[in-house]
Formats: sequence, structure tokens, C-alpha cells
Amino acid sequence: MATQFATQPSKQRWAEMEEEDGEDLDFLLPPKQVIGPDVNGIKKVIEYKFNEDGNKVKITTTTRTRKLANARLSKQAVERRSWPKFGDAVHEDVGSRLTMVSTEEILLERPRAPGSKPEEAKAAGDPLSQMSKGGAVLMVCRTCGKKGDHWTSRCPYKDLAQPSETYTDKPPGSELATAASGATKGAYVPPGMRGGAAERTGSDMRRRNDENSVRVTNLSEDTREPDLLELFRPFGAVSRVYVAIDQKTSMSRGFGFVNFVNREDAQRAINKLNGYGYDNLILRVEWATPRTN
Amino acid sequence: MRPILMKGHERPLTFLKYNRDGDLLFSCAKDHNPTVWFADNGERLGTYRGHNGAVWCCDVSRDSMRLITGSADQTAKLWNVETGQQLYSFNFDSPARAVDFSVGDKLAVITTDPFMELTSAIHVKRIAGDPSDQVGESVLVIRGPHGRINRAVWGPLNMTIISAGEDAVVRIWDSETGKLLKESDKESGHKKTITALSKSADGSHFLTGSLDKSAKLWDTRTLTLIKTYVTERPVNAVAMSPLLNHVVLGGGQDASAVTTTDHRAGKFEAKFFDKILQEEIGGVKGHFGPINALAFNPDGKSFSSGGEDGYVRLHHFDPDYFNIKI
Repeated sequence: MATQFATQPSKQRWAEMEEEDGEDLDFLLPPKQVIGPDVNGIKKVIEYKFNEDGNKVKITTTTRTRKLANARLSKQAVERRSWPKFGDAVHEDVGSRLTMVSTEEILLERPRAPGSKPEEAKAAGDPLSQMSKGGAVLMVCRTCGKKGDHWTSRCPYKDLAQPSETYTDKPPGSELATAASGATKGAYVPPGMRGGAAERTGSDMRRRNDENSVRVTNLSEDTREPDLLELFRPFGAVSRVYVAIDQKTSMSRGFGFVNFVNREDAQRAINKLNGYGYDNLILRVEWATPRTN
Repeated sequence: MRPILMKGHERPLTFLKYNRDGDLLFSCAKDHNPTVWFADNGERLGTYRGHNGAVWCCDVSRDSMRLITGSADQTAKLWNVETGQQLYSFNFDSPARAVDFSVGDKLAVITTDPFMELTSAIHVKRIAGDPSDQVGESVLVIRGPHGRINRAVWGPLNMTIISAGEDAVVRIWDSETGKLLKESDKESGHKKTITALSKSADGSHFLTGSLDKSAKLWDTRTLTLIKTYVTERPVNAVAMSPLLNHVVLGGGQDASAVTTTDHRAGKFEAKFFDKILQEEIGGVKGHFGPINALAFNPDGKSFSSGGEDGYVRLHHFDPDYFNIKI
């Protein structure tokens, strides 16, 4: 029985003959050709095949090969790559994870938007820069008391030490609240609830939102914050750009806010850009009205 | 870019150095073990064990076979880069600070700190080709001026030695006779301790960083001031790009004040400046403490920074870095 089975494959059946016929014809085709890679790294491969109908087809494949960046390593450097570890590195645990790739994307943070000129801030009619030109003595930071270094709003220590003025500026009503919290002496008070903290953050938030804020609506979905910044920068110093993004779909909701340092710049931007065609849409630019609730 | 974080040191970093091919990165820290890393992926190759104090500085020979380190344990040691084996130890009477191989690696300059009545000094040692012939005698000793010498490097053709340190003056010495040749101008020069000194790739000019919150670019031959870069924090480390006209300054507030202030006020960034226009290009954040060491890869495509936080951060630049326009 076994011998019978062994001989069977060599015996050709008429049904198989037909199929193999097509393959046998491959020797009739011209050989495969490889051209390149040329100076640009482009390689051409020309092959010939029979398609289902038995016709001869020429197939040309063009590929580009790129050289690896570190192909220029010197011979010694390649050799060093295989040096055995020594010192403390020999008994290094696999799990010690001495070398890690940062999970955070770190960017080279530009001090101002690329392409903009430093002189831009010193535009004529900018009262801030006029003053700083007049004399650095005028510039006294109310937060840290430094003279001629920075303005109060630009103080790098702003977040650390809150100015004492916030207490004195408070309306008398909130004085009661402070007194009330003072009554429960000894009990833990969260930092956010400590004297004047709530009042302070409240006013901070409000100030940030309504300070020369411009609302931009009818934005296209592709518009991102850098685009908006690019659009509004020519009118003056921009302190904040925000595009509303839908939390679920992470698509733009079609509106955003731009805060200007100067009110006049904001007004000019509104005059110029309201009704401006941007990305096939007509922009609507107006003063952002504070929320009424 | 996503920097590679290397946590091999347990104490603040003090110095970083790439070898000539740019495939190895040597790091020195206040813990006692200088370490060598592969500069492409940050893998640790080995540590050099033998010092018994903070290691302040190191230099690697042109063929990447020898390493010299200067340490607070009053020695400077020569090492076999490949095996981590100690080849020789130069003993001093005070802590060693800066070390630098000359062009050709036949000589090395080692500076020592002022210590117990001793003034600071610059020692020139002959480095033997065969480590068994190595001797400890100095070819030249320059008894330095007051204050610590933080950095000393060789000038062009090994004719001069450039030193800078606590007295805020850059000095050029004759490396044959030990005579003082030039001193930086007090008016235009630094006002406080010079913490860092870095030569350009061709050695024609060098950059110094100082606690007076500025860095200055000097001509190596004439010691004339070329440029000044002003920042808002003390400068602990400087580096120059060998590829582009960029200089990098690292620093931050004093380490003793770190815990009392916010990280935002500390300004622990590596600041990039245009070398010619003296204008700030940008900052690279990441460290949790002041930056003590900076080094550029000789190919100019990556740089590393070492901080008071004990981390070395290895940054490979994004392609858009190379087309930055001011």
C-alpha cells in the first residue's frame, strides 16, 4: 500500500496538467530587471508576468530607499558599540530603568511667535512701551517690589506670593467671611479656602476672561490656536488664544477667543476681521461679552 | 523632541563631555563614579570606580581610549575608557577641579583648589603613551591668583593655557614658562565668579558663563570681548553648537534656594541664543533643579544637560530646529 501512495504524485493526471502548463511558460518571459538605486535613492524593478487571461504584463515597481542617518559612524565608534559593560553597569538589573525616554514632549520654546519682530511690541501709541522707554525707574513691581525689571503683571513670582493689596481692596462684605473662617481657629483650612483665596481666584478668573477679549465665531473645523494667533498677531500683542474643542470628538467647535494686551488693538482687529473670509467661511469677530450667570 | 532621561547618578551632575566621534557621553557628578553612556540611545556602558570624592571635571583623549578625571578627593585619575580600569592617579595636596588634555594628548592641565593655606594652582602633567611609564611629576606649576580656578583649557597649538574662576578674570598663561600673558578687562569682563568655559569647535573663540547672569564670547588669541549674552539667572554651564551659530546657557537659582521657591521662578531651562545677534532663540525645559553641565554632540544634532536633580537629559533635535529663523 505504501509504495502505491508514494508513486502516485509522480503520475500526472490530466486535470493537473492544464494548471502546470501556465507555470511552465514562465521561462518565455524576459528576466527580472533591477535599475538603480540612483543618486536620489530611487530603485526600479521591472517584472513580467502572465495575467489570468494568459496575456503578458509588464510590472514596474519604483521604490525609494533612504539612507539611515547614523550610517556615518566611524569604524571605531561601531567597534565601541560592542564593548562589554564594565563597572556598575555589569550588574545592572533589567528592571532598574536607568535610561528612560521622556513621556513628555519637550519643545524649544520660542520667546515670541516665529517670524515676529521684537519691535512689534514697541508700536507707536503703545502706552506700556512708551513708559518703559521713558525711564525704568517708573517700573516698580507691586508683587516683589523689584524696580525696573518687570511690570506687576509680568512678575515671575506672581504665583508664589499674592500681593497684600488683594486684602485691602476687598469689599467690606468679604471681611466678614474672613472673620468667620478665622473663628474656627486650629481647624485645617485648605489652601484654596484660606483668607481671601476664593475672592482672589474669582477676581483673577474674571479679569483673565474679560480683559480685551475678542470672540471669533464661524471658524472652520481645521482652525487651531496657532492659526488664530497668526491671524490676530499683526494687530498687536496677544496674551491668550483659545479655540473651543469638543471633549468627545476632539473637533473644533467653531469658535474661539483671543485676548489682546491693548484694547485699541482688539478694536482694530474686530474692525478688520469681522466678515473676513477665512478657510471658505466668513468670520464673525466681536467683543466677548461676559457670561451673565 | 522627547529627551532621554539618564538616572545613573545619585548626586548633582557637575560635568558632561562627548568624545570626538560623538558616540560616547561622559558624565561626572558629586557621587564618586564618573559614568560613560552611549550618546545615541542613552544606554549606560560603564562606570569608573575608584574616586573617593565629588568628581568635578573630565576629558577624553582624541582616540577615545583615555579618560582623565579631577576629583575633590585630591586626585586626578587616568582611566582606560574601554574597561574602566584605573591607569594612574595623580595625587595633590588639595582638591583637583579642572582637567583638560592638550592637542595631541601628550599633556594635561589640572587645576587644584585653594585649600588649607595653599593657593590655587595650575599643574601641567606629561601623559605617557604607555601607562606603565606614567610619572606624577609636573612639567609646570603655576601658582594661581586668589580664588578657585573653575576651568582651565589649552589654547591654540598648546602654546597657552586659558583659566577662569572665582575672581571673575579670564587669564591666558604661557604654557612653557608659566608667565601671565593676558588678563581680561575688568570693565568689560565678568563681575562675578566664572563657572563655565567652553571652546568653539575650531578653538578660535570661547564662551564663559558667570554667576553675574551673563555669558561672554572671547577671542582666544587676543582675549578681546566679542559678544555678551544676558539672561535673568546665574549661568552655571555653557555650550556652543558646532553646527549652527547657537550658544546654550544653563543655570538657575542657587541650589540652596530651590526648595523655597516655585519651579517656575527657578528658570531651570537651557536657553538658546543666536551667537551673532545675541538674541534669545528659545528655551528647553525639563530639569527640576539648576543646570550644572551642558555639552553639544560634535555633530551638532543633539545636546545633553546635567542638572542638580541628578538627571542627564539627552536631547536629539527635531528637524525643524535646523531651520529656525529669528
